[in-house]
Amino acid sequence: MRWALITSTTLLLAVAGCGGASSTAGTDAPAAKGTVKIAINPWVGYEANAAVLGYLLEHELGYTVEEKNLKEEVSWQGFETGEVDVIVENWGHDDLKKTYIDEKKVAVDAGPTGNKGIIGWYVPQWMADKYPDITDHTNLNKYAGLFKTSESGGKGQLLDGDPSFVTNDAALVSNLKLNYKVVYSGSEAALIKAAQQATAQQKPLLFYFYEPQWLFAKEKYVRVKLPAYTAGCDADPKKVACDYPDYVLDKIASKKFADTGGPAYQLIKNFTWTNDDQNLVADYLTNQGMDHEQAAEKWVKEHEATWKPWIPS
Amino acid sequence: MSAGTAAAEEGSRPAATVSRWPRPGRRTLVAGLAVAAVGAWLGVRTTGAADSDDAAAFRFFDDVRDWVDAHRDTHPLFRYGVNYLRLAVVEVVGFVQTLLHLLSGPGTIAAVGAVAFLAAGIRTAVLAVAGFLGLGLLGLWEASIDTLALTLAAVVLAVLIGMPLGVLAAHVSPVGAALRPVLDVMQILPTFAYLAPMTLLFSIGEPAAVIATLIYAVPVTVRITELGIRGVSPVAVEAATALGSTRGQVLAKVRLPMARASLALAVNQTIMMALSMVVVTALIDAPGLGQDIVRALERVNVGAAFDAGLAIVLLAVVLDRITTGAARRATVHRSTRTRLIRTGLAAAAVLAVSLIPWGSGHPGYSFAPVVNDLTGWVELHWYDATDALRNAVSAVLLNPLESLLTTTPWWFFVLVVAVFGTLGGGWRSALVAALAAAGIAGLGLWLHAMQTLATVLVATLVTMVLGILSGVLCARHDRFAAALRPILDAAQTMPSFVYLLPAVALFGASRFTAIAAAVIYAVPPVVRLVERGVRDVPAEAVEAARAAGSTPAQLLWKVQLPLARRGLLLAANQGIVMVLAMVVVGGLVGAGALGYDVVAGFAQREDFGKGLAAGFAIVLLGIVLDRLTQGFAKERAS
Repeated sequence: MRWALITSTTLLLAVAGCGGASSTAGTDAPAAKGTVKIAINPWVGYEANAAVLGYLLEHELGYTVEEKNLKEEVSWQGFETGEVDVIVENWGHDDLKKTYIDEKKVAVDAGPTGNKGIIGWYVPQWMADKYPDITDHTNLNKYAGLFKTSESGGKGQLLDGDPSFVTNDAALVSNLKLNYKVVYSGSEAALIKAAQQATAQQKPLLFYFYEPQWLFAKEKYVRVKLPAYTAGCDADPKKVACDYPDYVLDKIASKKFADTGGPAYQLIKNFTWTNDDQNLVADYLTNQGMDHEQAAEKWVKEHEATWKPWIPS
Repeated sequence: MSAGTAAAEEGSRPAATVSRWPRPGRRTLVAGLAVAAVGAWLGVRTTGAADSDDAAAFRFFDDVRDWVDAHRDTHPLFRYGVNYLRLAVVEVVGFVQTLLHLLSGPGTIAAVGAVAFLAAGIRTAVLAVAGFLGLGLLGLWEASIDTLALTLAAVVLAVLIGMPLGVLAAHVSPVGAALRPVLDVMQILPTFAYLAPMTLLFSIGEPAAVIATLIYAVPVTVRITELGIRGVSPVAVEAATALGSTRGQVLAKVRLPMARASLALAVNQTIMMALSMVVVTALIDAPGLGQDIVRALERVNVGAAFDAGLAIVLLAVVLDRITTGAARRATVHRSTRTRLIRTGLAAAAVLAVSLIPWGSGHPGYSFAPVVNDLTGWVELHWYDATDALRNAVSAVLLNPLESLLTTTPWWFFVLVVAVFGTLGGGWRSALVAALAAAGIAGLGLWLHAMQTLATVLVATLVTMVLGILSGVLCARHDRFAAALRPILDAAQTMPSFVYLLPAVALFGASRFTAIAAAVIYAVPPVVRLVERGVRDVPAEAVEAARAAGSTPAQLLWKVQLPLARRGLLLAANQGIVMVLAMVVVGGLVGAGALGYDVVAGFAQREDFGKGLAAGFAIVLLGIVLDRLTQGFAKERAS
């Protein structure tokens, strides 16, 4: 016990000798011990990427993987402190790229995941059948009464997900002069539950959703048309009045990990797959009660041709 | 305005005014003022316009953030201050973790058992070993140890900082007086409001988590230490001084040893507080059981959260029993030799057990499938009922109250708080409350604060109704009390987070979900305080009423409840503060308003300033509610 105290004090003094401590002092250099810290953002598609990558890192390359449950923007802060080595499904975030990649130079782009991302507003299929013109934003006000709930204060409800998800919905509602209120359900799981209920019980629901998403393989939802996206129309987050762009989902790694991660970084960089691949693993995770390890193992066993090329030689 | 001034005078000198203004007069005054307030409100109400997204306060906090971001590695404040603090905490956490990981699984269990045996006796030791084995059986060993390490690190720091401060506060009155309001604010602060500022200064990870936990727990350490030291018999101190002891000797040889039981209680309470906060810090990347709960929340997996919650209850029970046992034994003296022998034996046992191999594949006995099946069944079959309940409460109570509050102009609200606060609890607390209310408006979050207030008031109403009902039942029927006690114990040690889940499963994403969770969270202490209050009613009063032929109902309404009024108000005060903390956490599941602003503040960069401002608004709202109810309680007591 005493020697431990002495070592810690010496350590403190040693760092003290350098004239002040940096904000990252005291955090381990990543990958030094063969550990990869993967941020886990809170939606299941992301978890599918992380599960497969984690499985391959552990079983093919012999690394230890640490999963960190963090929200998107908080994960980026982790690059700075060394808490996070890699984000394996990033949705745009041009402002963060500018800050952390261009200005602070603590992160690097590790290439696309191969997934195409779509964000939009959806209604269940039965609503589109019953009210054919509901799928255009200009008609939404006409139907606002249908979407009233105890939470929407007399307006229609637009159900959003986790408050940390990429969204312009509050600005869109006010800039398109819609008689709606954005209500945050808090998580992807709550969104999916609401969507499933809306389909099963024919309850009206207008909700924020995205692809790739396993639910679309099971039930039909129709996207509501918003004013078309043009480059730069979403530059000012408070004045957005256009649809979401199509996202090329990519991976972001910390600079340190990119420089010293060796084969682990190579594998993550090489990783690319299709929306169908992701949805399959997401389905294992959500509906077949598998954990990350089991779901990844099943997919890896059945898709060797897909992942073999990712393994660095 | 003149009525208000008269009221202020009356409030500050209650004893003198009783003869001048008999009680009925005072009641008439309150009623008259209430009518006047309603009349005035009809005249001045507004449309309840949305808060701006760009208030001065938000911009200010954004600027602070940018400044900190830019100077994190250059400014002396960080290079020589904050960053060292972070580093020191990293060392403490690392030290505790190494210590815990140095022992194998069985070794840790044996060590906990040995500590329990030495500190609190054989029965506690058995309980401790069983509890820790339970952690292993749940398949949550690693996470539990991570949580334990963070908790202990925070407690060690809290004791190192809090006990000297407590001793100082007891010895030097000005220090005590200066500390009191600071500690008050630290205790009212909802756990949630800490997180964003912590990540700003210390960035995410364990150090920030430990420091947040420390801030939450240390007021208790200081308070109980101060009480303990003050409570040492003045005769003993006199005697020691007369024998020529210096102040230092009096402290070391008389005051501290005699306050030993209080000091152990301080450690006990600090541990309990730290344990509940450590779970919340999972949101800023603290490892441990909190991670399991956050993840369960994201997947609406009630069963998984139940397992993790159970593990926390086990940890809490074991730590609580060890420290309470130690507090009780603090007065028992044993010879140094016996103590050495016992310690030696215990250490040998720990060493021996550490050598037992501990396979990597632990069996996990999870309650998750059962709990999930049950929740699924309830969701399916009770859906219409829960839906109807939510809509009814929202339409009848919540929405009208919310529109009443949100359409009140801020200056009018401040005025009402000042006038009625003065009438009820004296001008001092009314002034603090009014200033706090004005501060909320200054932060630019009036609408959201009033929405949160409406939710808090409805939840408090439900909590008080349920709490008084059960509390009275407990006080009148010993058997009922005995049956309820273990449930209350468990409910109080479960982290607040866990309650969100069943509520979400039943009521979806809504304010009512936050209300339901808040009620479950706040009812136990209210029940306890109400029971205490009713039981403390003097037996003579009850006897006299019985002799005069009161029915049990009359006895309750005319004697017990009126005489227990102080207890009830204290219960309301506690209830409100707890409800506020929980309603804010409800921002995670669609309760909106200030809670949402805080959540969004540390999830979305452009909302940082607003989130931080919302954190402060919650503190101010807490101060308004706390001052008003505490003021009432004090006034009624005098």
